[in-house]
Amino acid sequence: MPERAPRGGVAVSAGSAGSAGDAGSAAGAGSAAGAGAPVSEGAPLPTLEDALALGLTREEYELVCEKQGRAPNRVELAMYSLLWSEHCAYKHSRALLRTLPTEGPHVLMGPGENAGAVDLGGGVACAFKVESHNHPSAVEPFQGAATGVGGILRDIFAVGARPIAVLDSLRFGEPLAAGPACARARYLLERAVAGIGHYGNSIGVPTVGGEVYFEAPYEHSCLVNAMALGLAPRERLQRSAAAGPGNAVVLFGAATGRDGIGGASVLASAELAHGDDDDRRPTVQVGDPFEEKKLLECSLELLERGLLLSLQDLGAAGLTSAAAEMAAKGGVGIELDVARVPLREPEMEPFEIVVSESQERMLCVVAPARVRAVLELCDKWEVGGAVIGEVTATGLVRVTHGERVVGEMPVRALVDECPIYELHPARPRAPLYPAPRATLAQGASPKETLLALLASPNIASRRPLFERYDSLVQSRTVRRPAQADAAVLAIEPLRARAPGSAVPGIGVSIDCNGRRVAADPYTGTVAAVLECASNLACVGAEPLGATNNLNFANPEKPHIAWQLSESVRALGDGCRALEVPIVSGNVSLYNESPAGPIYPTPVIGMVGRLPDVARAGRLGFVRPGHAIALAGPFEPSPAAGELAKLRGEPLPDALPGIDVRAVRAAQEAVRAGVRAGAIASAHDIAEGGLAVALAESCLAGGLGARVALHRREAPCAGEPDHGGERDRAGEADRGGEADHGGEADHDGEADHGGERDHGGEADHGGERDHAGEADRGGEVALFGEGAGGFVVSGAREALLALGERTPVRLLGEVGGEALHIDLEGGTIEATLAEMAAAAASLEALFE
Amino acid sequence: MKFAVLRFPGSCDELDALGAALRVGDAELVWHRQRDLRGADAIVVPGGFSYGDYLRAGAIARFAPAMEAVIAFASDGGLVLGICNGFQVLCEAGLLPGALLPNVNLRFTSRQVQLRVERADTPFTGACPPGAPLSIPAKHAWGRYHADEPTLAALEGRRQVLLRYAPGHNFNGSANDIAGVCNARGNVLGLMPHPEHAVDELSGSTDGLCIFASMRLALEGAHA
Repeated sequence: MPERAPRGGVAVSAGSAGSAGDAGSAAGAGSAAGAGAPVSEGAPLPTLEDALALGLTREEYELVCEKQGRAPNRVELAMYSLLWSEHCAYKHSRALLRTLPTEGPHVLMGPGENAGAVDLGGGVACAFKVESHNHPSAVEPFQGAATGVGGILRDIFAVGARPIAVLDSLRFGEPLAAGPACARARYLLERAVAGIGHYGNSIGVPTVGGEVYFEAPYEHSCLVNAMALGLAPRERLQRSAAAGPGNAVVLFGAATGRDGIGGASVLASAELAHGDDDDRRPTVQVGDPFEEKKLLECSLELLERGLLLSLQDLGAAGLTSAAAEMAAKGGVGIELDVARVPLREPEMEPFEIVVSESQERMLCVVAPARVRAVLELCDKWEVGGAVIGEVTATGLVRVTHGERVVGEMPVRALVDECPIYELHPARPRAPLYPAPRATLAQGASPKETLLALLASPNIASRRPLFERYDSLVQSRTVRRPAQADAAVLAIEPLRARAPGSAVPGIGVSIDCNGRRVAADPYTGTVAAVLECASNLACVGAEPLGATNNLNFANPEKPHIAWQLSESVRALGDGCRALEVPIVSGNVSLYNESPAGPIYPTPVIGMVGRLPDVARAGRLGFVRPGHAIALAGPFEPSPAAGELAKLRGEPLPDALPGIDVRAVRAAQEAVRAGVRAGAIASAHDIAEGGLAVALAESCLAGGLGARVALHRREAPCAGEPDHGGERDRAGEADRGGEADHGGEADHDGEADHGGERDHGGEADHGGERDHAGEADRGGEVALFGEGAGGFVVSGAREALLALGERTPVRLLGEVGGEALHIDLEGGTIEATLAEMAAAAASLEALFE
Repeated sequence: MKFAVLRFPGSCDELDALGAALRVGDAELVWHRQRDLRGADAIVVPGGFSYGDYLRAGAIARFAPAMEAVIAFASDGGLVLGICNGFQVLCEAGLLPGALLPNVNLRFTSRQVQLRVERADTPFTGACPPGAPLSIPAKHAWGRYHADEPTLAALEGRRQVLLRYAPGHNFNGSANDIAGVCNARGNVLGLMPHPEHAVDELSGSTDGLCIFASMRLALEGAHA
């Protein structure tokens, strides 16, 4: 026990504690001893050691004592420890998150609600959010991933939207080599995918897209992020702020059990020492999609009938978080009687009830006159419902067990007064990540290299994953996984219609190449934002809003703090440059193990609108004889590319800068071309560069292609003058002496140290030492990576017309059974069958 | 003509089936607790995970009040179409022979499959284009059709197999490549693939529509 921590608050009755909080100003006072001093009778007060074990620091514990005016009891300590956790309080990221753009003409609801929402027009709102379930998935991948989906779906229907799609973003260690680490990566992959499918398939929400990367830094800290989208009539969007003292607080859904009692199990363990033989406290929740399907229908019908004043799902920190946040948003107090909570197991302790993370539960505020109707509707859907408390004017969260007060805390202290920590970023001087293990032999021919890239787990066909998911249910899906760069859904379920009538839709994509972010947190994050928007452009969708999940390691370490702050700065700059506001998000920190930190992984999800899904773009070539072109300001570089990884090269310490304005212009040109029907196929160039993008368009369309990459020989169009913004000096001189092997020295003259000037529009013209100056065998042209490149096909004239808005270079023609690439030094010829066989490398993991 | 589409707690594809039915006729949902089939001329038992399917797929749904009405409707000769979970329910209810076992890969699998229409002279296939395979998605974890040898022989002998997976498309390991099978009387069809998800060109195929159109054709012929 610390000397300064006041011990043993005075036990009081419920009645006297109540009077302490009745002061109308308590909600505003927020701190300092207003809370009275209840303790649970007979139980010893927890100690500083308990607080430390629950994740609070000594200083935080002392601050809790100060806010309470005494030492917290077990219920209070459990609640503070959860609400003051990084997960709930964003105490290392809140300041950064405030810098993100969150407003725009389409935004209906921004960060702070269960999910953000944008206006699709026609009176329809689209709510969406991405969330992580990384740590549970590392412990138990099936249930961890399943409940991750369940949790994000609840966020969507908590705002009154019917979930229409799920996407996932996954990271694991290397899966294909031998050895226990790879075996574990395969196990995590297989079980996480099964868990996502189990929940999404069973609840009838299609999983329409996603991404997965395999990198050694994720070996001990896998990432499982799930994004969901839902639709609601605009006027029915629901907020979560509790309101109206005297209104009832109703908990509905599944009964509350001991599952998911995370850090608070330390308190439970203290009990065990006293002879409790129930020594298993599972900390990973178990999902029940059938229960959630009933809960979903029940929630939406409650909202449709106007029976609720506010609604909130129970996720991390269960009742604690839901009740405290509803009260904080409403500027009110809340009183909960845990004896009225339907329990799965008898004899649960009050602190267990308030921190339980049992799944499939919702909390709502209801006017007293409507309580009966609410409970009747719960009965119809065979969902449990109970009044467990009421809204008060006290500004306190008061927890009772029957008549006994077992905890009392100022709402503001719990929710708003957690200490916020400053980051102390420092750019690392030495590489944070070891070089990957080389898997490609030196001296591999261009064709061998192409096939090796197609077989690389980061590029290979995702079919064995997305075949585990129902992508069609609800009859909206127009572009399924692997048909296009983004999923495309009709806003209304497809139904009979007059010929030629437009069917408006949405496109959605989720992206982040963590290796590029690791090489350069700023530019890598800008690239991730751009890739998301490029994927939308390829289907003809205009971005309306974004969501993000910041997956990082321990931010208390300066190098990680640097990754985080650079990445968030880039996220803001990138989204501002595209005019795409961020409407929701989540942060997952401390993703590291003794083996090291994960790659910084700011996952970005973006939602856009299409006027007519009949014109939605596809990535596969469509017709023999169509021309193929490279569109956009694509400037390939070997830096941090997939090929560099296969060769075992260490990460460079920076990426070439990106001309965001030029990339945006290319996206607009491609989007317009797709919408006009002028472009038959469009595919964003990503991992593996142009050659892999061509191969993917061949495989998706079942058609070969013949292209020539001779520099400056193919007809060009556009090459718009970038005016004074870009100094392209040196670009023409691609035969220079710069050495791009091994260490990938891309900084050229640019000073990328410390103060690297990446702000605003990221105008990096001039400072670039262009990639490919010594492009041995055309390797950089073939496999180099960068932002803003698109492989498009269609009528030759239509493609050349794109040149009015963005650089376009005709490469060749669709046709045949193989991909032929003519280079200055020779030819690559790979048949569709050879490429398909290479790309099937992940199939073996699911056999 | 009018379809009734059953809805159990845990049904997932009931609105999709309703939408498909509405393209060829009138259609209405029937809640699992109802015994009144709303004067429907044909019934669709849809896909999904009825009651969570935590026991054995379809094993609980067969006892639903609505299913009692469907069993009576079928024994009067009414047309009943069971899709995916609906097929499983119809097998559990004894309206169709055989059973659905876990896929050979033991995993939920979603894939566009090609189906061969074995007969065009049935109420479920009369409007299908002769000779052409149907491209229809399948998505399930328990879709491996199984029956004992004498039952299979009898099914084949009486030509009750209406839909068969084309070569290379039987991913679930069904006996005799059976994708859809009818009862001896020919008025009840169960199939694992989802024709209701192949009714709009924007979804990539309209081949499933002919199953619903066939039912309409059969009924209107009967009424004529």
